[in-house]
Amino acid sequence: MTTKTKSSAKPKLDFTSGWGYAPAPESSEHIKLEKRYGHFINGQFVKPSGGKYFPTINPSTEKQISEVALGDARDIDKAVKAARSAYEKVWKKMPGSERGKYLYRVARIIQERARELSVIESMDGGKSIRESRDIDIPLAAAHFFYYAGWADKLEYAFPNRKVEPVGVAGQIIPWNFPLLMAAWKIAPALACGNTVVLKPAETTPLTAMKLAEIFRDAGLPPGVVNIVNGDGRAGAALVNHPGIDKVAFTGSTDVGKIIQKAIAGTKKKATLELGGKAANIIFEDAAIDQAVEGIINGIFFNQGHVCCAGSRLFVQESVADLVIRKLKDRMQTLIVGDPMDKNTDIGAINSKEQLEKINDYLKIGVEEGAEMWQSGCAIPKNGYYCRPTIFLHVSQSHRIVQEEIFGPVLAIQTFRTVDEVIEKANNTPFGLSAGVWTDKGSKIFNLTNKLRAGVIWANTYNKFDPTSPFGGYKESGFGREGGLHGLMPYVNLK
Amino acid sequence: MKSSLIDQVGVEERVARFNTRSIKKQSKVEGLKIAISMIDLTTLEGKDTEGKVRQLCYKAQHLHVDMPGVPTAAAVCVYPTFVKLAKKELGNSGVKVASVATAFPSGQSTLAVKIADTKFAVESGADEVDMVISRGEFLSGNYNFVFDEISEIKAACGPARLKVILETGELATLDNVRRASEIAMRAGADFIKTSTGKIQPAATQPVTLVMLEAIRDYYYETGIMIGMKPAGGISTAKVALQYLVMVRETLGNAWLNNHWFRFGASSLANDILMQLAKESSGVYQGGDYFSKD
Amino acid sequence: MARIEILKTYKLYIGGQFPRTESGRYYTLLDKKNKVIADICLGSRKDFRNAVVAARAAFGAWSGRTAYNRAQILYRIAEMLETRKAQFIVELIQQGSTKINAEKEVALAVDRLVYYAGWCDKFQQIFSSVNPVASSHFNFSVPEPTGVVAVVAPQDSSLIGLVSIIAPIIAGGNVCIALASEKMPLCSITFAEVLATSDLAAGVVNILTGKTSELISHMSSHMDVNAVVYAGKDQKEILLIKENATLNVKRVFVYQNDWNKTESQNPYFIFDAQEIKTTWHPIESIGVGGAKY
Repeated sequence: MTTKTKSSAKPKLDFTSGWGYAPAPESSEHIKLEKRYGHFINGQFVKPSGGKYFPTINPSTEKQISEVALGDARDIDKAVKAARSAYEKVWKKMPGSERGKYLYRVARIIQERARELSVIESMDGGKSIRESRDIDIPLAAAHFFYYAGWADKLEYAFPNRKVEPVGVAGQIIPWNFPLLMAAWKIAPALACGNTVVLKPAETTPLTAMKLAEIFRDAGLPPGVVNIVNGDGRAGAALVNHPGIDKVAFTGSTDVGKIIQKAIAGTKKKATLELGGKAANIIFEDAAIDQAVEGIINGIFFNQGHVCCAGSRLFVQESVADLVIRKLKDRMQTLIVGDPMDKNTDIGAINSKEQLEKINDYLKIGVEEGAEMWQSGCAIPKNGYYCRPTIFLHVSQSHRIVQEEIFGPVLAIQTFRTVDEVIEKANNTPFGLSAGVWTDKGSKIFNLTNKLRAGVIWANTYNKFDPTSPFGGYKESGFGREGGLHGLMPYVNLK
Repeated sequence: MKSSLIDQVGVEERVARFNTRSIKKQSKVEGLKIAISMIDLTTLEGKDTEGKVRQLCYKAQHLHVDMPGVPTAAAVCVYPTFVKLAKKELGNSGVKVASVATAFPSGQSTLAVKIADTKFAVESGADEVDMVISRGEFLSGNYNFVFDEISEIKAACGPARLKVILETGELATLDNVRRASEIAMRAGADFIKTSTGKIQPAATQPVTLVMLEAIRDYYYETGIMIGMKPAGGISTAKVALQYLVMVRETLGNAWLNNHWFRFGASSLANDILMQLAKESSGVYQGGDYFSKD
Repeated sequence: MARIEILKTYKLYIGGQFPRTESGRYYTLLDKKNKVIADICLGSRKDFRNAVVAARAAFGAWSGRTAYNRAQILYRIAEMLETRKAQFIVELIQQGSTKINAEKEVALAVDRLVYYAGWCDKFQQIFSSVNPVASSHFNFSVPEPTGVVAVVAPQDSSLIGLVSIIAPIIAGGNVCIALASEKMPLCSITFAEVLATSDLAAGVVNILTGKTSELISHMSSHMDVNAVVYAGKDQKEILLIKENATLNVKRVFVYQNDWNKTESQNPYFIFDAQEIKTTWHPIESIGVGGAKY
């Protein structure tokens, strides 16, 4: 056998044949789910006023897991009244130190029930168990733990100001991080002394119902948090209810604008965390292998269902071939499939509707003349799946570059100079996040200063922490969630 | 020479992600068998004797008599003075004889002595030579010195495969690990190897990943495959499987055999055997049922 | 024979220039006794558009200046206003103020500029944070200017309202287009003359006169305006602005303060037109107490 093997063709790595990983499914035996869920209002699980329910589907099997109440304005009204009553009679008056203790309890119970919550999150939403286990659920607990500690320290957060709660907060959350978004919304609201009416996303209501059980088991006073299931109509009823003082919404920019308009004639405060089309910028002097991993985390994390996903890649021309080659090889090792398998990297697309939307964009990309490349992995026959996809040779005017796809689809452009890439990166109505990869510190600070986005990941991507404020510039919304700045939307300063 | 940059935190995150791979059932058994076939059983001590080397050679060929179908170890790794003996003991078993050379482990000697050391090992029958780089020269920035020395030793190796030990525990940063890997490959290494086993820390996953990525990039550029040998500190089956996952997802399956990947380890074999025995019998094993040589 | 006084022509202030309105329209400002004070430009949507272009062009350089430099420029504005106090007092009296109140208002406007000059290089320290994330990353959040801000100045004030709103906006690195009080526009244009002689770069502040009812829909719907500040109580106007703002998710701030009070100055006004930017970067952990390779 020769010690060196030289081939004439372009050397190719083989990631498919030979030793592989057997299925390693996470058990779902220990989880407890009801056949049907109502709303959680005033500390009780209650039936919907209209008596209607809708199924919640496991997107990896297309089978029904449970059904949940289809809330309407009557349910919202009950919930808001319960929240108002709890606010006036209990929560507003409670010392911050005591409010904090409830939040600590909630954090602890989430940790205790982490495995169950992870499994349900993956069943209901399609995300890989690795992510729900290692990211969503631990971060949700961490958010409650972090804000618990703020409850009796608010006067230190805002110099020279007296801090008062806002009142009743109406909160609407998306389906991409169901429990985590509930935590992002509820924890700071409660810490600041507000009460809450939360509407979970239509396709992912189950962990919110488990969270309701946790509130109940933690002894949280009735009405402090109320959860009303339903679709956009329940959401609209909540936003328009005269009894709320504050709206917090995470979701699409289109709906965000509707909400902003709906409350224009009121004194309701608002925070909007909307869409994004983040630039992820790789310079030639970057640590390339870690940058490639950053591209992967940037766009394929959570099936690309991430508002801050690094969906526009800019690679400096001098390293473009190398980066794309490495990216393709790395993509070949991504495992797409059963969300419950511990080795799955990319789970199921959240809904049929979303899969259709993504597939439409794939068509558009090809029609616009971009070169599409997908990894060669097998995908299951049933369920909603999309292979990780990149588009090469795209330009700024392509729709796949301008519009948020919210799927595992990356548009790649090259650039030559710093000026050029800053201009292109900022050339979007969005401004949620951006990534910069270079080993040169002064270049990082130049870029982080000039990029018009609320979160800049330098030499990393898609990192989240309860202490770290998150939120957008421009059409990506306003207000911050997380950290000290995340308190501001939930207080009135006097 | 331009060398790729490394971000330590990113490397560790990548390693953590490899380690979330869950290797169960049949793929665990297969993986463990591959791993065991990659082991270079090693004895490199001042107190080594002929008796010790003989025992090790026997063990390499008969890892566990109670378990049919267990492959042999890949090689036995000894000091040059024991090469002749090891060669005789191993006969035509297919187990290779590897010898350390070049004033192992410090490398603090003249080039003439190192070449003589190497030639002696090869002439005694060594199939593989494990050399050490001059870390002092490397850290002083004398990269040409390091390069030239490797080239000279490679020339002295003749047909024997050359493994170049970077002694990463003395290189301080991952950027240095990467640079040393590139120097070694370009200077003629057939394998790059992390450690002598005499310096702590020895092989770590981040270091190994950086070296695997250097090998991949060299392959991209030249089409030439280079082998990888993490050595020292890998003692459990679980960790060995994590290394295989790294190889599989960085270099692909072409490297998943003992021609291109080795573990420099002594106690690893028994832990793998215990795991294999558990997988076939369903019963957790005890150390007293596996021979220690 | 008494000297014939030279009357001042009041024009707009756009991009550092004093153009007449492109529309050629005007309205006549009368005093209490219905005597003509001056003709005032009736600014048009096109004037506003030109001002946005000028403001956007100035934004990069203004927000990129050092905070110390911005502080000095705001202080310079105060100096210029101080030296021209008499002119503002006359104008305020012309518009119906008493002498005592006029003197007070001008003095307060100077002091307010000095107040915000002082904040230019301090508010960042109040509103920023270093965030102790639970991973090996350095993470910090700093305020950054929102961008182009459209201002509808209060109707019941000619000088102090305008100054109180503009000062925190530009102290924070934003640029703005302010629509002066329709009833009391004189001081706004004279204030523009102060700005023009204060080292403030062209386009950072642009001042229009005209009809609120005509201009607010354009001010709140323009897609290159990032925020609108409305000082007033007209619910219809507030609703219109807020609804139009949704076109590009503008930030809208409604102020109903008594600008003559010292409570109406604080750094939270600066904070309104700021975005919080959070930056992450890995922290290597090689070395004492950290990982070793």
